[in-house]
Amino acid sequence: MKEFWRLYSKNIGGVLGLAFIVLVVVMAAIASLLYPTGPFTLTGSSYAQPFHDIFPLGTDSLGRDVAAGIVWGARVSLLVGFTTTLIAVFIGVVVGCLAGYFGGVIDSVLMRFTEIFQTIPSFIFGIVLVAIMSPSLYSIVIAIAVVTWPAVARLVRGEFLALRNREFVIAAVAMGMSNIRIILTQILPNALSPIIVISSLMVATAILFEAGLSFLGLGDPNVMSWGFMIGAGRNAIRTAWWNSTFPGVAILLTVLAINLIGEGLNDALNPKLRDK
Amino acid sequence: MNEPLLQVTDLTKNFKVQGGIVRAVDGVSISVQAGETLGLVGESGCGKSTLGALMVRLIDADEGRVAFEGRNITNLSRTALRPIRQHMQIIFQDPFASLNPRSTVERTLAEPFLVHGIGTPTERKTWGKELLQRVGLRPEHASRYPHEFSGGQRQRVAIARALALRPKLIVCDEPVSALDVSIQAQVLNLLKDLKSEFGLSYIFITHDFSVLGNVAQRIAVMYLGRIVELAERTKLWRRPLHPYTQLLFSAVPVPDPHAVKDRRRVAALADPPSPLDPPSGCHFHTRCPLKESICTQRAPPLREVEPGHRVACHMVG
Amino acid sequence: MPAPLLELRDLRTQFSTQEGVVSAVDGISLRIENGQTLAVVGESGCGKSVMARSILQLIPTPPGKIVGGEVLYQGADLLKRNAEQMCDIRGKEISMIFQEPMTSLNPVLTVGDQVAEIILEHEKIDRKNARARVLELFSLVNIPAAGKRVREYPHQLSGGMRQRVMIAISLACRPKLLIADEPTTALDVTIQAQILDLITRLKEELGMGVLLITHDLGVVAEVAQHVVVMYAGRKVEEAPVEPLFDEPLHPYTRGLLDCVPRLDAFEQAEPDRLRTVEGLVPSLADMPPGCSFAPRCPVSVDRCRWQKPEIKEVRPGHLVACFVAQGEGLDS
Repeated sequence: MKEFWRLYSKNIGGVLGLAFIVLVVVMAAIASLLYPTGPFTLTGSSYAQPFHDIFPLGTDSLGRDVAAGIVWGARVSLLVGFTTTLIAVFIGVVVGCLAGYFGGVIDSVLMRFTEIFQTIPSFIFGIVLVAIMSPSLYSIVIAIAVVTWPAVARLVRGEFLALRNREFVIAAVAMGMSNIRIILTQILPNALSPIIVISSLMVATAILFEAGLSFLGLGDPNVMSWGFMIGAGRNAIRTAWWNSTFPGVAILLTVLAINLIGEGLNDALNPKLRDK
Repeated sequence: MNEPLLQVTDLTKNFKVQGGIVRAVDGVSISVQAGETLGLVGESGCGKSTLGALMVRLIDADEGRVAFEGRNITNLSRTALRPIRQHMQIIFQDPFASLNPRSTVERTLAEPFLVHGIGTPTERKTWGKELLQRVGLRPEHASRYPHEFSGGQRQRVAIARALALRPKLIVCDEPVSALDVSIQAQVLNLLKDLKSEFGLSYIFITHDFSVLGNVAQRIAVMYLGRIVELAERTKLWRRPLHPYTQLLFSAVPVPDPHAVKDRRRVAALADPPSPLDPPSGCHFHTRCPLKESICTQRAPPLREVEPGHRVACHMVG
Repeated sequence: MPAPLLELRDLRTQFSTQEGVVSAVDGISLRIENGQTLAVVGESGCGKSVMARSILQLIPTPPGKIVGGEVLYQGADLLKRNAEQMCDIRGKEISMIFQEPMTSLNPVLTVGDQVAEIILEHEKIDRKNARARVLELFSLVNIPAAGKRVREYPHQLSGGMRQRVMIAISLACRPKLLIADEPTTALDVTIQAQILDLITRLKEELGMGVLLITHDLGVVAEVAQHVVVMYAGRKVEEAPVEPLFDEPLHPYTRGLLDCVPRLDAFEQAEPDRLRTVEGLVPSLADMPPGCSFAPRCPVSVDRCRWQKPEIKEVRPGHLVACFVAQGEGLDS
């Protein structure tokens, strides 16, 4: 563990990214303390300027506090980001494990199945799914997970193909170990590093995906999301630029921070792979 | 004569590779007696590693029969084979690759017991430490990871793991080839001591003839998937009959500057044939000084020319 | 007396590691004459490969660095040359072949092109003449059907063939010194014998010197005229090949020779245990004070533990770094 942090901290970007995300998480966690009435309350005059009065980031057309929207929106982004990734990685790992370990017919069938998902343009597929299920946080999470798991599956399959014939795995077979045990205790722990890296990047993808859906009005109408704020503010972009810009910056910084974390993880986890 | 511990008959294994099919093992029959070390020797592509894996059913043969303690295990399912796996273990050449890099030594040594449902966690820990001591390592080493050890130490851990379930037979696939000379000697002695202490049998696979001189009782010389000579150690040494065996003996570098070597035979040697396209009849005829026309037509059978000595060559015996 | 072909004087190469700075080569001196084969033998970690690469300045810097000594090629110190000047030496005056020919050859170029490349790099001849030279070289190294082979790629050749191509590349410009770093370790024993014979024959035909790095004492006995034994970065014994094997003076050399498995063991109906050298090579970062072999040495005395022995000539032409062998085991 100590070795992990030592290597991770060598990447300045990764450290900054991590610090920023921690900030965002904290902010989301205390959202109800900062803005107890929620982001939808009409608290002020419409299109109040930012940096002037009591509204640090201004208000939107209905007089809703943009800052409140940012803070509460963080909850949505983080929730969608992490939940989606968890589900997508789970599906991807299961499919990838089975395809890579057993090979042959199982591999062919699973890979054809994966390809079906990959050939449909992901964003459009996501829109279709959300539209079918009618927009809500649940449908968004499911839609994004369904669209993003193939990348994980391919990666995991590749790792399993490479590791399956390593001698310590053969030794496990010689010992009489069952397939499940070999997959879980022998191969998967050795495939973890690239899975962790891709997972971190998938959180960013999910956040962007959700923002896009909400921008188009396909988001959950009951929650305030950054994407929704950008969409809602797009007609007034030349006069009340702060409506779209601040949530846009929030998404930018969050996604950037996550990417930096991903790079830091890559640096920290890879030297260990080289050391073996 | 006692019933052999392990007996294989007419084993054949083909591999599909880029460019065609390689017959890695070609109709091999051989047995291992309890308490003996059988050496399999040959150069790259001769099929010795494949044969070793076939003999303990780590890979399945395309044709042929494997019998362990008289019982036919050729077609046993994975579950039926599991209790027998306790009796047959394997040690590999590369000490870096044969241990799970993410498991501590303690975990690795506990696994054989875990898999077969033997012992409590505390017992397994104790047995693990005992095994470590038996192979010359210290109990403190149990909490370490493979990358913290040297090559020779890793090999000792691999040996400890193979011993855990008190097998009757261990396939040693080039166990010392990747080790330094001084460590090699230590590990070979360890294998010898363990053999007498635990009553083990070994199938010892190597390309190094000199190592076999120190470990094997019977030796099978292999060439392109076939056994060309099979003999007891002293008989093979004193009267190597197959031209390939003679060639191997003459090519081994001897650590004695006074030894005179007749290298004409080696110098005149043609290239080794490709395993994808082995020569007809006797595979060795393209490089053999004794070649006659029959050698290109028919593969010679492995025949006994004296007790305890068999050769596959038309020109001998 | 003319300068030797190659002379190393107190060569020192260090590496920066996580555990600090280690001396991979800790003051090595040796000489190779024209037409001579010098074998440097030792186990992994003794520094023999680092030493060989230091001669041609092939050490990655960082983390490695040549920190002292001289590398005198025909009397001139190579360490004083910059990178560009070294290019004129490499492949042309001094060539090197490595253990693993598959990774030393470029997989996307034909073998003919790779040999031609080095000729064109160092000599001013046109492509047509270069190609003719390539065919000459292929027959020199006994590659049959050279006309067909030049158009093949490395993966189409066997290990022995690839090593012959490596040798052809290394000899293309008629170097005066060939450094061979474990050239046959990855090859089958029959091919190994052929390659070793080839190197010896070419050495005689071309009048080269050969520096052979190996861990295999059998190879040393067959091919070398002169031997240097290395342990933990230092030279511990040096002698012509016969005196080294007949009367090894350093306890490490004796230990190595004792524990090598020999074909004679076949004479015994039940083989004996091998004699061993107990213990492990010390980590370079954590060397014992005094003689680095002392912890494993069966004959060490007190002095060995706190003082490092210098290398001294104990018989004519036979040098050893050991107090006991030098007869100075007891405190004077």
